[in-house]
This record gives sequence, structure tokens and C-alpha cells, in this order.
Amino acid sequence: MVSYQYIPKKISRIQFALISPDEVRKMSATKIITADTYDDDGFPIEMGLMDPRLGVIEPGLKCKTCGRKVDECPGHFGHIDLAMPVIHEGYTKLIKELLQSICRACGRVKLPKERMDLYLGKIRELGDISLHPFQFQTMTDQIRDEAMDSMQCPHPDCGEKCKAISLDKPTTFREEGHKLTPKEIRERLERIPGEQLPLLGINPEVARPEWMILTSLPVPPVTVRPSITLESGDRSEDDLTHKLVDVLRINQRLQENRDSGAPQLIVEDLWELLQYHITTYFDNQTSGIPPARHRSGRPLKTLAQRLKGKEGRFRSNLSGKRVNFSARTVISPDPYISINEVGVPKEIAMELTVPIRVNEFNFEQTKEFVLRGPEVHPGANYIIRPDGQRLRLTDKNKESLLEKVMVGYVVERHLMDGDIVLFNRQPSLHRMSMMAHEVRVMEGKTFRLNLPDCPPYNADFDGDEMNLHCLQGEEARAEAMIIMRVQEHILSPRFGGPVIGALHDHISGSFKLTYKNPMFTKDDAYHILSRTSYKGPLPEPDSVGEDGVKRWGGRTIFSLILPPGLHMEYPSAIFTGDETSRKEDTYVVIEPDDSGRSLLRSGAIDEKSIGAFKGKLLEKIVRDFGTDIGRQFLDDATRLAIATITLIGFSTGIDEEDIPEEAKLRIQETLDDAERKVDDYVKKFNSGYLDPLPGRDLKETLEVEAMKTLGRARDQAGQIASRYLGLGNSAVIMARSGARGSMLNLSQMSGSIGQQAVRGERIQRGYQGRTLPHFKVNDLGAAAKGFVKSCYKKGLTPTEYFFHSMGGREGLVDTAVRTSRSGYMQRRLINALEDLKVLPDLTVRNTSEVIVQFLYGEDGIDPSRSVRSEPFDYDDIIMTAMREVD
Amino acid sequence: MPRFNVMENYLVPKHTILTSKEQEKVLADFNTTPSQLPQIPLIDPCAKAIGAKAGDIIKIERESPTAGTSIYYRLVVAEWSTVDE
Repeated sequence: MVSYQYIPKKISRIQFALISPDEVRKMSATKIITADTYDDDGFPIEMGLMDPRLGVIEPGLKCKTCGRKVDECPGHFGHIDLAMPVIHEGYTKLIKELLQSICRACGRVKLPKERMDLYLGKIRELGDISLHPFQFQTMTDQIRDEAMDSMQCPHPDCGEKCKAISLDKPTTFREEGHKLTPKEIRERLERIPGEQLPLLGINPEVARPEWMILTSLPVPPVTVRPSITLESGDRSEDDLTHKLVDVLRINQRLQENRDSGAPQLIVEDLWELLQYHITTYFDNQTSGIPPARHRSGRPLKTLAQRLKGKEGRFRSNLSGKRVNFSARTVISPDPYISINEVGVPKEIAMELTVPIRVNEFNFEQTKEFVLRGPEVHPGANYIIRPDGQRLRLTDKNKESLLEKVMVGYVVERHLMDGDIVLFNRQPSLHRMSMMAHEVRVMEGKTFRLNLPDCPPYNADFDGDEMNLHCLQGEEARAEAMIIMRVQEHILSPRFGGPVIGALHDHISGSFKLTYKNPMFTKDDAYHILSRTSYKGPLPEPDSVGEDGVKRWGGRTIFSLILPPGLHMEYPSAIFTGDETSRKEDTYVVIEPDDSGRSLLRSGAIDEKSIGAFKGKLLEKIVRDFGTDIGRQFLDDATRLAIATITLIGFSTGIDEEDIPEEAKLRIQETLDDAERKVDDYVKKFNSGYLDPLPGRDLKETLEVEAMKTLGRARDQAGQIASRYLGLGNSAVIMARSGARGSMLNLSQMSGSIGQQAVRGERIQRGYQGRTLPHFKVNDLGAAAKGFVKSCYKKGLTPTEYFFHSMGGREGLVDTAVRTSRSGYMQRRLINALEDLKVLPDLTVRNTSEVIVQFLYGEDGIDPSRSVRSEPFDYDDIIMTAMREVD
Repeated sequence: MPRFNVMENYLVPKHTILTSKEQEKVLADFNTTPSQLPQIPLIDPCAKAIGAKAGDIIKIERESPTAGTSIYYRLVVAEWSTVDE
């Protein structure tokens, strides 16, 4: 049974018009004359702002206009008759243009007869406005411009000279300095002949320009501005009501003063005050006037404020609504669940439900859910009868309701392992910000997610919260499973590589497992492999010791989780290409053996193989073997790495940045040398012997040379230090394998921190001619301009520390500014592009099927399925073909 | 003074006016009507340079780093509206 109320209808046409004072009165349920709302007994006053004919807000009462109860009565408008006309704030620009384009005496449009006829003909030719709204707009703009340019009324029977009209924001019009009252303006607009209105862009069938000057003000129903009763029993009125009270009060005083023949000055003052109140009633942020305030000093929220902006009706209540079947809590990591899964606290799983339609096949199962009730985990919270009635399950009524459950009922059962849910972290900047996960119900109060899922959500665990949405239909679940599952997003549509991949410890771990192929005993090998999905036996041991102990290499263990038939060759992240890196250790070679199983022959598995954003091995497996095997590989590889790193241990300490005394001396020399060089440049600069670089003046040349010299010195210091930092050092392993940190970080710790910069220059600001009082005025040397000679290990001098803070602060400010700015840019871009879609014929079109691109992205290629923007991996195809020839 | 010709600039892609037969084929290929094509104003320097009239369809062959040449079609319109209807 479909209720007629819900049959969707297509909107064929929307027409905007002005409302006339007559219409305001016609739709009004009552005229409002008193500014008071309630009498002493708490009853609404008739013809007051809370008149019972304006609708009902109190339960139990019936509407005096329509007789319906709360929630049924939509509310009814009232009206205020204004003592004097007032300008509507929203139309001032249009009013100004109208006044400028009509004659001040005869009210006709300032165009000669023949031009007018020509334009009127053109407008008639254009026909229905709704077919060509923009052509119509441009044409009337043009006509108005032409009429405004005329300095004299072109009609022979008039010929009145024009006077310049200006608008004092927000609502005061002046004619050559003389103030125009709304009344005068209204009279002028009234004189415009109806048949000339189309020339000015107004449809005379629905609007008259003088209606832009208000003579009666509609009063919104009380349902729009309900008053609330506080605990103390006091009533608190809505901001709109407050504003309307102001309007009424001034209106009354204006009327009294005018009728009693008060001086013109007083009447004009009151009139202006009425204008102010009505302007702020529409928009309390009109520029040029102070916003009306509440007694507490808070600006009132009037009509425009209700609609505008992020907290306004559109963005907050219509485009963005709150939803049911969702949960939010803090996230924490769990490296032992799959990337496809999300850990859900039991408490949340017992609140979120999935509707199950009872049929003959699941009858027994669903009954079990009902029997367990709402308090035992895989239970149920509601049953829904075929007539749509929801019945809440409680521990008390579950037995009686159990008997009712029949085929055709719907049981809302608890969230269970394996259910598909959507998981999301704000800001949702790309499609990977919302992915489908499988539920794993767990103890604890946080959502658990596996670490490789962090980069696409941009999540960390310093208190981040995430949202979970429980899907309610089979169709939605199927669709989410196919296109939104995490494994479908391993390859990014941005650059075609993996956004989901191994991180930090995963990379250190797999590096430790494979670099120089360490040997593991049978116990250790089984221990490591037990964490993965590998089910087979261990292969033949790689070595047998003299004592008969069998050992397996790390590469052999890693090979077990590779899909079969893989051919790959590429340098790993630690590959430098010089004699310091043996090809055996740093160049990854993966080949299948005779039985087809892939073997890691050489190289170390690091960021270049399995890392997020860079992992080539992961990318190839996902691309060639599909997302299922890709996900399996990633799950296994990360678990393998975690098992390895927990087995052999991995730690770093401050002593890892220790370097020998002689190295420290050499670094010191290098830095002193650089400082002297800078001093030389300064001397040359001061004596005028410095040769300027092309395109730069002397001062710039000095700065460039100093930056260059000091930058080089820092690098040299780093190089000297890193000669003593080898791959036996955990910090270096992390930096070189790409797990975390960089060699620059390390050289700053044990070499030199280097030049600090603000706005890309050496530090200049501070006192006159110097950065700090520790230096001489006009000292241009290295130390005085923010060169930090020390390393973090040694510690900074006070002046160095100060410069370092300056550089650091700039970084913080930059990130803060960048995020807010790029956020707004992204919002505008999304609003402009959100309705574009790619059709099956690969054209890009908008909702009205207008073509934007004839072939998606000019080449019709989906980046997430391409290889470096080519549709195929040509190199790989050639390599495969050549192997087959051999 | 020789008149400056925009079409000779290396940044301006090749513009050609379609014959009515070609027009029909393009519209059929993309299953579309002229009003759903991207527009080019009559006063566009390129449209003027090749002497297009309102209602013509211009074929533009652009060099593309990823696709080699990419082909685009634009309908010549007298009244140029910035917002599509």
C-alpha cells in the first residue's frame, strides 16, 4: 500500500514574485496591533504577537484558525500595518537602478519610443522567460544600462531633467544630496506604467516595483518562533518575536505622533527607527548599521541569520542532516585484524541493528535472536510487524513476542561479525575517507582499525574519533561490498599507486626479515609464519649447521606469502647505486622456481616494496592478482613483519646518535670554515668588493652566497656524521628503509642543525640592524642571522634556540593557514564539480546531460587501473614476452 | 600592416568547422543534441578566425601529454551565457 502523500512529483517550474500588501493582508489570520504577548495570567493577548489564531505551540490546544492540534496545524501568518512605508532591505540595489532608469516626473522608462518598442518586441520574441532565463537577464541589464545613461526624459511631452540618485548604505536614498523618503520613492515607482515593466526585468503579472517598499509586514506564525518555558516557569521568547515587538512598539509611537501632528523632526526620527528595526528584522548583519542586540549583548538571530552560513537552515538542516544507525567513538590500533575489518565495541554492536526479514529458511535463526533479547550479544532490539508497527524487545516481553514472530516479520538484530558497515573520518576529503569494513565485535570501548588503513583516512591514535554507519538493506550492503570495501581502494585514483600499505614497524620488520637474509631456526620460522594465513609446510632448509640444526632464511620465509608466478626486479629504498650497497642486499629480485612458487632471490623488502604510496611489489600484486589476493598479501606481510620485529626486537636510544670525538672535531672544523667564508663575504660586501650575481643586488648576493655556503656546510657535517651511522644502527635502519624519519633528521641530531629560515631567508627581523641584543648592530655573520651550529645531541646555545623557535613557529603557522585555506578551496571545487558523472560511453556530463568532456580525462583512462598513466605496463609485457622466448 | 592571425600561434589548437554530414555523425556518436554540446561564443577569436556562424560545430584537436591528440567539439553560439541551462 502506497500512501499518495509519498508519490514523488517532478517540479516543472518555479516562479519568483513579489508579495503585494493586499496579499499580505489576505493571507493574514489576524492583524497585530499590541506589542504585548501574554497577559498576567499567562494567556496570549488577542491581536498580540502570540495571538492564538497564529497557530498552536502548546500541546492539547486547538488552533483558532484551522481547529487542528499541535504538529497538524502548520501555523498561520498575521500582519502588521505600518504607519509609514519602509524600504525592504533586500531590494535596495534594484530600487536604485529602477529610480535611475525612470523619469522622476512622469515615471516612464527613459528610452525613446522607438527604442522601447524595439526592446519590447525582442522580449516578446524571446517568449517564455523560463526557457531563456540568462538571455533575458543579460537583455534587461542592457536595457536598464541604456535607460540609466540618459540625462533627460526622452519623452517629448515631459523632457524633465534627471537628477543623480545615490544610495547611502543600507537604506537611505539621496537625490543630489536631498533625502528621498520611502513614501516619495514608492510614489515614483507607482508611476511606472505596467506595460514598460518587462523592460526593467519585472513581470507585471506577478510583481509591481512599489511592492519593494513595504506598507504591511507579514508576521510569521508562532510555530516559526516558538517561545520556550524555562524551568523557573519564566517564558523566553524567540529572537524574531523580540524583533517584532520592537517593530510594533515603534510603529505605534510613529502612528500616535503622526496623528497628533507632532513636529516633522520627531516623526522622521521615528520613521528612521522603524526602518532600522525592519531592516534588522530581515538581516541583522546588514553592513553599515550596528546589529540589534539582546539584553545580554548577544546579537539577535533574525531571518537571514536563520538561513545563512554553516549553521544556517540550508547547510545544517537540509544539506546535512543527522542520521540513525550510526556510532562514533575513539579509534585505536589493532595490527591483528584484517585491513578489511573494523573492531566494534560490544556495547555499540548491541545498539546498532540490521533488519532481517523473516522467511521459512531463517525462521529458526531469527527466533534465536529474539529469544536472546536486547541484553545478550547476538540478540535483537526490535521486531517489526508486517503492518509497519515497531515493537521494542525487552527482557520481560521477549518470550511473549517470540511467539508472534512469523514469516513476513522483520527482526532488527544486533550487529555481528562479518556485517558490512561504512567507516568514516572527517574531514571527508576524498572517496577513501569513507570505506566499507567487515565488523569484528570486540571487548573495549574503541573502534579498532588496522594500521595500513590510517593513511587513506589520515587517522592517527592521538584521540581521533571516527564514525560508523550500519547499512540497512541488501542492495546497499552488496553495493558497498563491491565498490566501497577497503581492499578496492588499495590503489589510489590520484596516482595509481597504493594508498594503503605497510607503515613504520611493518617496514622495519620486513627489512629485518629480509636484509642480508638472516637465518631462523625451525621454532622461530614456525612462530613467525603462524601469524600469517600460510598453511603449508616449511620448504627445504636453507642451511644445516654443523650441529645438525636446520635453518631457514628470512627471504625464504617471506617468499611463502607471495602469490605464485611473480617476476619482478627493482632497486629497494636502501639501494644507492654505488659501491656501498651490494646488489645482493639491496636489489630486489623475485622469480618463480621450477614449481612456480615465487622466490625472493635477493634484496631487502622495505618501503619501495610494500610501503604505502611507494610499494611496487604490493602495487603489482594488487593489479595482477586482484584485490582479494592483494589484501591477503598485505595482511600477511604486515603480520609477518610484526612477528619478526617482536621476535628479534628493535629499539633505538639517544646513544645511537653518538659519533667519535674525531668526527666531532672534523664537523667543528667544517662549520668554522664555513663561518669564516661567510665572514669573508661580509667583509667583501662591506668594502664593496663583492661581485653581484646576475639579476641580484649586492645585499641579495651576500644572502645567496651565505645561504649556499652554510647549507653546504650543514650537508658536509651530516655526511661526516653519517659515515659513522651504519645499518647496524636502528635509527638508520628506520631512515634508510623508509619506515620513519630521514637521514636529514639524523644528521641534524649528530651533525649540525643548520641555517634557520623565516620566509625562505636567513633571519632578519628583530631589533634595528640586529636580530638579538647579543650581536653587534649590522653583524651579517652566520651566527647573528640564525645559523645553528650545534646538533640536537649536543644541545643549542640560547641564541640558537631562539632562532630555531622562530623557524619552528613559522612552520606551525603555515600549516594552520594552509589547512583552512585549502579546505575552503576544496569546498568550492567540490560544489562546482559534484554533479559531473562519467557515462558508459566515457563522456563526462552534468545532470542536464551537457557534455563537459568527450572522453574522460582526454584519454579515457582510470588512473587507479593504469600504470603510470598508460593503460598497460608495457615494460612488464615486454619482459614477460622475452622470458617466454628464452 | 598584416592582420594578426590567432590560428598561427603555437598555443592555439587546430579548429575546423564540421560539414553538416560530420555534424550529424558527431551528434549520433555521442547520442546528443546541439544544445548539450559545450559552447563557443561567436566572438571567440578562433571562431572568428575560421569564419564560423552560429549553429556551426567546431572540432578542436588538442595536443595532450597523455592521449596524444584529444578531440573536442564546441557549438558556436551568438548569445554566450556563462552558466549552462
